[in-house]
Amino acid sequence: MSVTTASTASTAPAATPPVARLKQRKKSKLGWNLLGLLVFATAGFPVYWMLNTAFKPSKEAIDPDPQFFPHTFTLANFSRALDIADFWGPVGRSLIVSLVVVVIGIAVGMLAALAISRFAFRGRKVVIVGILAVQMVPLVAMIIPVFLLLNDLGQYDKLTGLIITYLTFVLPFTVWTLRGFIVNIPKELEEAAMVDGCTPTGAFLRVVFPLLAPGMVATSVYAFIQAWNEYLYALMLMSQQNQTATVWLGNFTTKHGTEFAPMMAGSTMMAVPIVVLFLIVQRKMAAGLTAGAVKG
Amino acid sequence: MSAAQTTTADLPPAKQKTSPGAKPGSQAAPGRPVRKGPGATPWLLLAPCLLVIALVMGYPLYRLVALSFQSFGKSELWGFKDPEFVGFDNFAKILGDGEFWAVVLRTVIFAVGAVAATMVIGMLIALLLQKVSGWVKALISIALVASWGMPIIVATAVFKWLFDADYGVLNYMMSKLPGVDMIGHNWFTSGPQGLAVIMLLVVWGAVPFVVITLSAGLTQVPKELEEAARLDGAGAWGVFRHVTLPILKPILVMLTTLSVIWDMGVFPQVFVMRNGNPEAEFQLLTTYSYQQAFVVNDYSGGSAIALVTVLLLLGVVAVYMRQMLKIGEVE
Repeated sequence: MSVTTASTASTAPAATPPVARLKQRKKSKLGWNLLGLLVFATAGFPVYWMLNTAFKPSKEAIDPDPQFFPHTFTLANFSRALDIADFWGPVGRSLIVSLVVVVIGIAVGMLAALAISRFAFRGRKVVIVGILAVQMVPLVAMIIPVFLLLNDLGQYDKLTGLIITYLTFVLPFTVWTLRGFIVNIPKELEEAAMVDGCTPTGAFLRVVFPLLAPGMVATSVYAFIQAWNEYLYALMLMSQQNQTATVWLGNFTTKHGTEFAPMMAGSTMMAVPIVVLFLIVQRKMAAGLTAGAVKG
Repeated sequence: MSAAQTTTADLPPAKQKTSPGAKPGSQAAPGRPVRKGPGATPWLLLAPCLLVIALVMGYPLYRLVALSFQSFGKSELWGFKDPEFVGFDNFAKILGDGEFWAVVLRTVIFAVGAVAATMVIGMLIALLLQKVSGWVKALISIALVASWGMPIIVATAVFKWLFDADYGVLNYMMSKLPGVDMIGHNWFTSGPQGLAVIMLLVVWGAVPFVVITLSAGLTQVPKELEEAARLDGAGAWGVFRHVTLPILKPILVMLTTLSVIWDMGVFPQVFVMRNGNPEAEFQLLTTYSYQQAFVVNDYSGGSAIALVTVLLLLGVVAVYMRQMLKIGEVE
């Protein structure tokens, strides 16, 4: 097995002459690469199978001998998915909710992030720990009181109610992430601007803000994805007529069974834009999430 | 700019009573300098955020605690009756219920299994990424980020399809193995098997974050240290055990605690897999609390279960917070 060769080769490289070593390294790379391709195939398979099923005729999808590679191409599943229940209504509602949540989350979160990253004040640490702790409370645990609260406020089945509840998880996230981005902008830049006659607000708007913009965009996109993907609150706080995109996906399962091929088409429509957005901002976010984690 | 006045993190709590104008003096921590004489500005900036959090989080949290000490059913929901204070009755009822303990045990096994699998697989893939050629690394990264970005609800639908009894491709592929016939095998007739599938789904979604974070961490491991350990006669495992692992420890603690918190909170995966009506064998604490409240219409009982869940998690959250404080993320 090439994997075992690989590990022995890497443990005792000093003992082997250079040429043999190079050869061995090549061989060991091959073993690792094969293993890597296996990981790639396994991790990517569910996504691939979703796309594969979505574009094949629904008759082929239930073939007992499934085709693993694209064979015939059809968009029938997509039109079936669009027919099964109103698609654009839920998507529109999800868009409204997610966008409003992002705008509020970023605006309010920005102010708070500034406060905890650029000011020294009493109780600062308590605020930070509090925001972190709030992020850790599982959403599911809150659904009962949130449901009753919105019921009392007459906000059940209203988009505003959903928006308010989504701030529960979006706001702590934006505060914490924006804080991470602000902390990485040297204070000296602001100070230099103020020496040159800027007010603190002016220094922020002219110096910090432009530097912060990429981070803000990434945070917004990420927050948008989180709001878009939320399921439980959307299910519980909205009625069937006002369902959002994630809940819409449940329409493919009835008591007569599940229409899998159209469901995969629906899944594709829901997932592809989100995955693409995610691919774009992921690098930036991953850096932000782990920044400082290796300090200690 | 006075460097003397920096974060107040190290001030004793008694000092918090002094007026905002008073200078904390030279008690300053050696951290990064922060703007001088803040006065009320930071609180003004924080006000909207704190207000929203108090409204959407504080009040419901209070209500959750209050509910779990009340009797609150359908008639209270419709306003026919005022909720009644019942003390610890709800908790006594739950804790005396054998089914509740079965659910707790199942949840803990599920979470521990999922977290262990996520961390081990994540670590192995992160190490593997260091060994493979650039193009393989790129391929794996794309697959990982794509699966990470998949909406949970979509991923659940896809797994439901993969594991479908009659046409699921997984049964088909397994039946290709010699001596295995899985055609028509229904994974969800038995709780443990069904939960194993759900665990796989959770792990599949959680591994990418772990891999990407650990890969970033692995680049911080000094090559000289590994080299030195190797010269001292350490094998691959020895280097990993005595060099890599200690350096990665802070990240590992954070990832593990975060994973525990996330995996204890698994809901849509179970709920959607079981078509919105999980059987008794599939109940985890989250779905159990949901069912108690919205199916049985015992809102106070459901709240008590949710509260117990939160309390169970508190210990894990404490470890996470301590780690965040230790590595100086919170300063």
